[in-house]
Amino acid sequence: MSNEEAPKDYKESLIHLEYQYTAGSATTTFLNQVKEGRLVGQSCPKCKAVYVPPRGSCPRCGVATDIEVPLTDKGCIESFTVVHIPIPGNPIVPPYICAQIRLDQANISFLHLVQDIETDQIRIGMRVQAVWKPKEEWTHSLENIKWFAPIDEPDVDVSTLRFQSS
Amino acid sequence: MKRVAIVGYAQHKILSKAGALNEVELIMPVVHKVFNDLGISQNDIGFTCSGSCDYLQGAAFAFVEGLSAIQTNPPIKESHVEMDAAWALYESMLKIKMGDADTALIYGFGKSSPGNLDSIISLQMDPYYIAPLWPDRVSLAALQAQLLLQQNKITQDEMMGAVIQSRENAASNSNALLTDLLSEQIYNADSLVSSPLRSLDCPPISDGASAMVIASEEKAYEFTDNPIWIEGIDHSIESSNLGSRDLTTSPTIQNAIKNLKLENINFDVAELHTQFSHEVPFLREILNLKNVPTNLSGGPLVGNVMMCAGLDAIGKTFEALVKDQLSNGLAHATSGPCLQHNMVVHLERQK
Repeated sequence: MSNEEAPKDYKESLIHLEYQYTAGSATTTFLNQVKEGRLVGQSCPKCKAVYVPPRGSCPRCGVATDIEVPLTDKGCIESFTVVHIPIPGNPIVPPYICAQIRLDQANISFLHLVQDIETDQIRIGMRVQAVWKPKEEWTHSLENIKWFAPIDEPDVDVSTLRFQSS
Repeated sequence: MKRVAIVGYAQHKILSKAGALNEVELIMPVVHKVFNDLGISQNDIGFTCSGSCDYLQGAAFAFVEGLSAIQTNPPIKESHVEMDAAWALYESMLKIKMGDADTALIYGFGKSSPGNLDSIISLQMDPYYIAPLWPDRVSLAALQAQLLLQQNKITQDEMMGAVIQSRENAASNSNALLTDLLSEQIYNADSLVSSPLRSLDCPPISDGASAMVIASEEKAYEFTDNPIWIEGIDHSIESSNLGSRDLTTSPTIQNAIKNLKLENINFDVAELHTQFSHEVPFLREILNLKNVPTNLSGGPLVGNVMMCAGLDAIGKTFEALVKDQLSNGLAHATSGPCLQHNMVVHLERQK
C-alpha cells in the first residue's frame, strides 16, 4: 500500500507552448561577441549611457543605441545576495553569492555569480574580474564566464557610479 | 467632457516573419515616425498606453520591455492593456476626457511568427471548461461561419468576394503583407482548413507594430490642421461561454449603434477588424455598410498584426478621412472568439 500512489480527484494538465525566441539584433550582436570572449556594450547617441548586455535601445531616451563600446571584463559589485536556499534543478550548492556586476564604463549592471571568496567577505564596491571557461567551451551565452572573482584593487564608492547625463 | 481627436498614426510594414527584429525594434520606428510627422517628442505626450499580449512573446511581463522603445526620462505616465491596442486608445481617450492628460501616445505590437498562434489564442478562452480543450481560433471562427451560412445570413459567394476584394484593395496599402491578386479559380481550388473556411478565408500570420497620437481640442490644432474627431466610441463584451451566445448576431455591435446614434449617419468609409472572410458580409449587414466602401486598406485578411489590427482599423479610417477629405468614418475593433468583444468608433472631420 505504501508504494502505491494515493488516488487523486484531480488531473494536472500542464500548458506547454513552444516559441522560437528572438534576442533582437542588438543582443544577437552582443552574443556573437561573447562567443569570441569579448564583452561589447552599446551606447546611447543622446545621453551616452553604456548598456551591457545591450537591448538595442536606450530606455531613458527612446532611441536606438547604435554605437558599439568594447568593455573590459573587470568591474565592481554594485549589489549582492548570499543564497542559502537550494533551488530545485540548480547544480550550484549553497551558500553562494549572486551579485549585480557593474563593468567598468558601463551604466547598467547584470546578474552573475561571484566565487573564490568566503560569503562573509563579499561587499559592495569590491573589484572583480571575469573567470572564463576554457575557450573550447564558449557558446552564445554569458555562461562563458564561470563567475567573477575578487581582484586586488581598491574598492569603488558605488555612489559615484550614479548615472549623470552628459 | 473634452473632445478628443486623432492627430497622427504610423504603421510598420506588416511582415510574415520579423526574424531577428524584436518587439522594441518594431515599435521604435513607428513611434519616431508619428512624432516626426507631427514635429513633436515624448515630452509633448501626457499619457502613454500600449496594447500587447505576453503569451505571444512567451514571457511574463514582456510588455514592460516594449517600453524600452519609448523615452521614459523624465518619468512618464504610462499604462498597458493585455488587449488589442484599440483598447489602449479607449483608456487614453478616457484619460483625456477626465482631464488627466491633454495628449496621448498609443502603440500596439505583436509578433505571431515565434509561436503557434492557434495554441496561444486558445488560452484566451475560459480556463476551466474550454481552454483545456485547446480549441483553435480557426475552428471557432468556422463554427460561426457555418451557422451564418446555414441561416442564410451570408453566402459563400460573399465570403469569396471579401477575400478577392481584400487583395484588390491591398494594392493601395504599402504596408499590406498580402497583395497578390486572386481569381475565383484560385479561391475555389484552395483547400479547407476547417469547414467552411479555406486557408484564404483566414488572415496571414503577421508581425508588426503601430502608433497613434491623440489630443484634446485645445492641443489638437497645435499638432495638425487636420484633426479627426473621435465623435463616438463604444465597446461591450458578450459571455465567455460560447454556448450561451447567439453567434448569428452581435448584440454588442447593435448596442454600440444605438449608444452612438449611428443609424442615420452616412458613412464615407469603414475599416473593420474582420479577421475571417465571413465576418465581412456579416458585420457589413449589421452595421448597415452595404453601400459604404469597406476595408479599403485590405483589412486583416491582407495583414493581421495581433493586438494591433484593431488599432490599425481605426488608424486606417483616420488616414482615409485625412487623405480623401471625407466627413464620416466608421472603425471596428474586436477581441475574443467569434467576435465576442466589439468596439465601434465613429470618426469625423471638423464640421
